[in-house]
Amino acid sequence: MAADDRFAASLRRDRGDRPAGIRTEIVTDPVSDWATDFSHLDPRWSADPYPILDDLRERCPIAHTGRFGGAWLPTRYADVAAIAYDTERFSSRSIVLGNFRPPRELAPVGGSPPISSDPPFHHDARKLLLPAFTRAAVSRQEPATRAFCHALIDAFDGLEVVDAATEYAQHIPVRVIVGMLGFPAEDGPRFREFVEDLLEGINLPPDERAERVGRLFEYLLAQVEEHIAAPRDDLTSYLINAEMHGRRLDPDHVVGTMALLLIAGIDTTWSAIGASLWHLAKTPADRARLVADRALLPAAIEELLRAYAPVTMARLVKEDMHWQGVDMKADDWVLLSFPAANRDPAQFDRAAEVVIDREANRHAAFGLGIHRCVGSHLARMELRVALEAWLDRIPDFSLADPGAVTWSAGQIRGPRTLPVRIGRARGGAGRAAGSG
Amino acid sequence: MRVQIDTARCQGHGRCYDLAPALFEDDEEGYGQVLGDGSVPPGREREARLAVLNCPERAISLTEES
Repeated sequence: MAADDRFAASLRRDRGDRPAGIRTEIVTDPVSDWATDFSHLDPRWSADPYPILDDLRERCPIAHTGRFGGAWLPTRYADVAAIAYDTERFSSRSIVLGNFRPPRELAPVGGSPPISSDPPFHHDARKLLLPAFTRAAVSRQEPATRAFCHALIDAFDGLEVVDAATEYAQHIPVRVIVGMLGFPAEDGPRFREFVEDLLEGINLPPDERAERVGRLFEYLLAQVEEHIAAPRDDLTSYLINAEMHGRRLDPDHVVGTMALLLIAGIDTTWSAIGASLWHLAKTPADRARLVADRALLPAAIEELLRAYAPVTMARLVKEDMHWQGVDMKADDWVLLSFPAANRDPAQFDRAAEVVIDREANRHAAFGLGIHRCVGSHLARMELRVALEAWLDRIPDFSLADPGAVTWSAGQIRGPRTLPVRIGRARGGAGRAAGSG
Repeated sequence: MRVQIDTARCQGHGRCYDLAPALFEDDEEGYGQVLGDGSVPPGREREARLAVLNCPERAISLTEES
């Protein structure tokens, strides 16, 4: 094979030198009115967005804000679904709502294909990834994931209180995706920084934000170079060698997809595991039912995904239009709140309650339409294994200090501090070695 | 009773082959497909209904046959 020099020139440039997009004023004042001035970065939203979303759904139902250069927030399931399906009028060229809109020329590829891609490019970019994320493909990660969960619990030996977010949930998706991408396991702690920089740093000054994003791409480029020098059986080598339409991928496509898999694979699953443990810690009846009847777990997992859907996406309006009673302008943001859709009483009976044996559950936690989360089978495996291992070893646990629980800001929501009282964990190293 | 998948709607969520593995399987890209001709054997009616009720894309339909 000829030397692969695709990455030498095109990625060395500072990614801040891309064609100028649109920068908008950073507004950090507290929200005055959620219907006309919402911000998903307001601490009240992070702490508990559901009363806000429920109220807006009843009286609005599409909220607006002048922040971020203008953004809309539909809160009904039907509107969220309609936008997810309408790729003609709503673009994915940026899916992180903030004060920077990438230039229109970035469509239909976007910065992190295929999540940032529009048709027709989207279909083939997504098709490249699908075989690596089928249920059968991800099941190969299950034994190692289970052993890793047990090893994390082994480390709780002697502790009465542990942080289920930072000492358990956070580590599981990092370990899994780092293994799939073929990055050094010891780099895991850096990924939390990358995730926070990309997803939570959206009100930082533009130069600082660009510099932080640049750090991630520098890291990914170094991994690409190592994989070119020594190819192996992992997703990084797969993407480097993958072809679309008879040609190897553009270098920005390779690295953008690596960024997507890393970022989207970590924060989301960490949040789902953490929110599930938070719910079970504060709801003894649900916890006891699951411990007594493990056959309920699959339905319970879907219900926890519905009730605490960690992911909100964003779209950009393509052209000025009147839509469902509001006047949207070209380049307005739309916050595509799957959490809001999942709690719409018009779609779900007892929408505000967690019903762990819910039978009919067409929730939208992994999105709807062509952008259905490509990692949903992986996320479900990780969530199931993480909860099975925890319930096996720590059947009795509770919030150690409800007031100390903190939640992430921005579009991915999950607990970031979650002190739980665990008593004494069952089993030990012997059990961990024997399982999986 | 017969199950069908509207392949134009299916996005590979996989709820059908998780909930009703006797009636559905996944293809090599994770999209759902019906096993055989989609006939629901006696005793599998509940699974078939669960698959319908949990498909986020409403891609699955159930036709009653006498």
